[in-house]
Amino acid sequence: MSTRMFGSGIKRREDPRLITGKAKYTDDIKLPGTLHMAVVRSPHAHANIKGIDTSAAEAMPGVVAVYTGEAMNLPIPTGALIPDCNLITPEHPSLAKEKVRYVGDGVAIVLAENRYQAQDAADVVKVDYEVLGAIINPEDATKDGAPQLFDDVPNNVAFRWLMGGAENQEASNKVFEAADVVVKERIVQQRLQPTTMEPRAALAQWNAATEEMTLWVTTQNPHIHRVLLSGIIGVPEHKLRIIAPEVGGGFGAKIDLYPDEALACWASLQTGRPVKWTETRSENYVAMTHGRDHVEYVELAATKDGKVTGIRSTVYAGMGAYLTTFGAGIPTILHALIYCGVYAFENAFADVIGAFTSATPVEAYRGAGRPEATFLVERLMDKMANALDMDPTELRRKNLIPKFEDGYAAPTGVTYDSGDYEPALDKVLEMAGYSDFRKEQEEARKNGKYLGIGVTTYTEICGLGPSEVNGAIGFQAGGWESSIIRMSPTGKAQVLIGVSPHGQGGATSFAQIFSDGTGIPMDDIEVVHGDTNTTPMGWGTYGSRNAAVGGAALAGAITKFKDKAKVMAAHMLEAAVEDIEYEDGQLYVKGSPDNAKAIQEIVLMSHLGWDMPAGAEPSFEVSNFYNPPNFVYPFGAHIAIVEIDAETGTVELKRYLAVDDCGHQINPMIVAGQIHGGLAQGIGQALCEGSIYDDNGQLLTGSMMDYAVPRADMFPNFELDHTVTPSPHQPLGIKGVGETGTIASTPTVYNAVMDALKPLSVESVDMPLTPYRVWEAIQNASNGGSA
Amino acid sequence: MWPKEFDYVRASSVDDAIQQTSDNTDAKILAGGHSLLPAMKLRLSEPGKLVDISRLADLKGISANGTLSIGAMSTHAEIAASADVQQYCASLATACGMVGDHQVRNFGTLGGNIAHADPASDPPTVLVAAGATIHIKRSRGERSVSAEDFFIDLFTTDLEDGEVITRIEVPNLSGHKAAYVKMPHPASRYAIVGVAVILEMDGDTCKSARVAVGGATVSAMRASGAESALSGSSLDDAALNAAASAVQSDISDALMGDVSYPESYRQAMSGVYLKRAVKAALG
Amino acid sequence: MKVSMTVNGKGVERDVEPRMLLVHFLREELDMTGTKIGCDTSQCGACTVHLDGKALKSCTMLAVQADGADITTIEGLANGDLHVMQESFWENHGLQCGYCTPGMIMSTTALVQDNPNMSEGEIRHQLEGNLCRCTGYHNIVKAVQQASEKMGGGD
Repeated sequence: MSTRMFGSGIKRREDPRLITGKAKYTDDIKLPGTLHMAVVRSPHAHANIKGIDTSAAEAMPGVVAVYTGEAMNLPIPTGALIPDCNLITPEHPSLAKEKVRYVGDGVAIVLAENRYQAQDAADVVKVDYEVLGAIINPEDATKDGAPQLFDDVPNNVAFRWLMGGAENQEASNKVFEAADVVVKERIVQQRLQPTTMEPRAALAQWNAATEEMTLWVTTQNPHIHRVLLSGIIGVPEHKLRIIAPEVGGGFGAKIDLYPDEALACWASLQTGRPVKWTETRSENYVAMTHGRDHVEYVELAATKDGKVTGIRSTVYAGMGAYLTTFGAGIPTILHALIYCGVYAFENAFADVIGAFTSATPVEAYRGAGRPEATFLVERLMDKMANALDMDPTELRRKNLIPKFEDGYAAPTGVTYDSGDYEPALDKVLEMAGYSDFRKEQEEARKNGKYLGIGVTTYTEICGLGPSEVNGAIGFQAGGWESSIIRMSPTGKAQVLIGVSPHGQGGATSFAQIFSDGTGIPMDDIEVVHGDTNTTPMGWGTYGSRNAAVGGAALAGAITKFKDKAKVMAAHMLEAAVEDIEYEDGQLYVKGSPDNAKAIQEIVLMSHLGWDMPAGAEPSFEVSNFYNPPNFVYPFGAHIAIVEIDAETGTVELKRYLAVDDCGHQINPMIVAGQIHGGLAQGIGQALCEGSIYDDNGQLLTGSMMDYAVPRADMFPNFELDHTVTPSPHQPLGIKGVGETGTIASTPTVYNAVMDALKPLSVESVDMPLTPYRVWEAIQNASNGGSA
Repeated sequence: MWPKEFDYVRASSVDDAIQQTSDNTDAKILAGGHSLLPAMKLRLSEPGKLVDISRLADLKGISANGTLSIGAMSTHAEIAASADVQQYCASLATACGMVGDHQVRNFGTLGGNIAHADPASDPPTVLVAAGATIHIKRSRGERSVSAEDFFIDLFTTDLEDGEVITRIEVPNLSGHKAAYVKMPHPASRYAIVGVAVILEMDGDTCKSARVAVGGATVSAMRASGAESALSGSSLDDAALNAAASAVQSDISDALMGDVSYPESYRQAMSGVYLKRAVKAALG
Repeated sequence: MKVSMTVNGKGVERDVEPRMLLVHFLREELDMTGTKIGCDTSQCGACTVHLDGKALKSCTMLAVQADGADITTIEGLANGDLHVMQESFWENHGLQCGYCTPGMIMSTTALVQDNPNMSEGEIRHQLEGNLCRCTGYHNIVKAVQQASEKMGGGD
């Protein structure tokens, strides 16, 4: 038996070009005659545009054209039209016409011969603004008297969504009325700046002769881009080609079709020349979507012996100035549907108010709704444990949903696929030496040292998703994925996939799946993605769906591939199709493995077509389009151990342990890498990251001098392990793992810090837990709790 | 981003640089560029002309003859690694080794650093505590100014147009106990607060102390109250607590803060870090 | 202004604006796009190259300042197949999206050349000039440790 490729931690095939600097990202691509585009952005959070004078810019050296919003009509659509919540979708023009609504809103573009000239000219475009009031906090935005961003959106309320409607709200009230103990918390899920290391870029090339537009762009989902862009710029989809070359990280912020990208295409149409736009980090921080931004009032109900019965929330979710592609779907569907976590709660309810604010639009950011949900559940579980004077791990254990292999119907209306939560918890507790730690902690406290431990048990919902569900929840997209296997006469394989990996190592893991399934050597496989002209329609890489849904599509294609090969083999071996075995790339009649036909020979003969079985098509190509029957629900248990320097408020993360279960692992090295990266982002939210706006709506964290992206010395070596609970419906038994680290780590670290601060009577600190905030909380608590 | 247009000349000598910047008030001296260029890229600084002095041999080199003489174009990495600096004023080596990151330290210069006078940068704090002297050349000749008088305010020094820092002189403090400690800003790595102490010890008694604070204040500054509290003491807890509260009053008129780390916090941390600096100095 | 320098062993000469950053000189004038740009403020380190053997953030130097210098970029790091550091990054999954990687490799190569005996803590500290958003640094640290051993450390 040869070593299986599936499950093997092999090195990535993407890497040689990346480690040698040969890989081409969007800004690395050069076309002759390219014009460079600079976007003139609003310096004000909220202002009426009284006039724009472009004459000085037009006179600058190298400038070819300057355009304002008046010259075009390029509205950016929203994609999550959540039903039953009175969603209002105001127009989002690519360039603001009458009004700007956030610092960074585009007001004009300059096209020049090089990027230096374009920026020089952009600097002298004169815009006459009438400055209006700014509003940043999503809760305050809904209050009477707050500045109004849109005339037709009273109180800036974009939508109000009640999970399960009024009926469920009533059921929730009953659960809370019957409870012995209720704990409450106000949680601020601060705004985060995704900070893909590669800023956004676009290179648009209009070919007037063929009437085709090609756009190289920093996207996670080129096919979605094609659908949306076609509608905006009026180039039909069959004449529009979107290419995602190397993409330097996405984390949700490269899902959207951005105004800047539409503008580059439009400008290429106007000028007949290629147009390149590459943002700077300063631009990126104001104009690439942000994440999170909730103000939440949350409650948990339990009996006095620790049976948790219900959870409920009122959430003010900041949308920023405009609705993004998934904007309204994140704090609703992707958030509240996982409110029960791994626990057998009776009821969950959420009242979610989406609010427009004069700030950068909010979109998915790694985890998108599920980190917020997991945070509030896990924060409340710790508060409840304190209220009941129980060990937090025991409260969790007591409420865990028992093991299930094929479906658990949660009160939120979703059905978890499979779960076995207790072994993961046991494992991580053992790795951490939990009970020994509690003794160590007690000793340390006597010596004035503040150690803390946080324990999280979680599950999440990913692998988006059944298309019917998308339809029901108003997501203007399918949830299926695609795969085409195209064999050449010499037996080489092109695996064309609809997802668009951008750092996840999909070219490696998909090749592993294919090689494992067909026996075709890795070196003979090319995985092709990220080009709408060569790959089948697919919905892209986000929501941990790359392997979970895209991998399933490939698994189905492999089944078809083998069936097709068996038909040809049966013909060549003069046997019945049912009698053909396919093993390690060899096809033979059952019981006669010595007389086998190699798959390569079968492919060659199929291409030649000299002697095909009746009804069989020549050549060798199969395609599969896979609509998942359910989401996948990875889960796990995490522990963080911290020490607080009470004099300064500094948090030291001493250990971080994660036991995750994503079912079968295609490539354990890649799985671990996904978890590491997710942990860093989640821990970053807990400890150092957060957008800060001033009262005028200026982003104070507008550069890496002020926005704290975690550095290497913030982390210990992560201690990872896993359990394996296959998904019952995913053909390969895998679950998504791209977001679990982020989802679980924020509450784990937060709870560890609160545990450490317990002797100092600190109960709550808004994230990020910076030295100042922790120190201030300690000061306030020691002053008798006065703020 | 990138800077606005400007002219660039490479000075042939210090005098040439002086002349080129005296004639043109829109001209700026370019040293390693690791403070100036980031400011120009963000268009916070828009000089019309840069006069590059980074290659002038006169401005390079570190020597120790009674006092330590550091050429203004010495890089942070050179200073951090210099045996002479380690011997005469090890805490300056420490501070220079904390500037930016290893890439920045390879090309950023001490002269450029102090001329820029970022209040949250590390070397100025040690230079003030050490009683360093800044030597300056100008068309009318040379002059020198103490580090304490050199740093005036946020990004503001005693340096005038047409003047070039030639070298930084530091007394021989090899017999002293000294340390520089800082709390780095999580994003920029600049000091939220940085404290330098230089202690002259007589057995277990602190004969005299020099203390300077940066990061928390609009410029690196001496903390004379803290110095008095430490001087003559045995550096016991009582003395450290007294010095910690003294340093907070010393800097109370010059505090600097922001939303993430307000003045009150930086002020309190100056006391904490003073104590830590003394403990670090005593090893 | 005329500038000439040696880049990856080859002499180059160009006429450029004084304000052109070295990183743009490499990327735009020489079409060597392996060196990346990730910030405006000298924080991220994606643009790290070697100038006369020392690690430099090439976004923080003008091309005219580098006149006469000997520059090595990611494209010229290896003598032959792959540099030990490149191999170690590959071997240890020290990269995901790859955007920070050229700068990481150039930075850590210089660090290890200077000190092949860094502890894990020192490596983490010395990585302060390079940001990565994908890996959580875990495997980058492992890669640097492995390369350090191969480059002469550990004794």
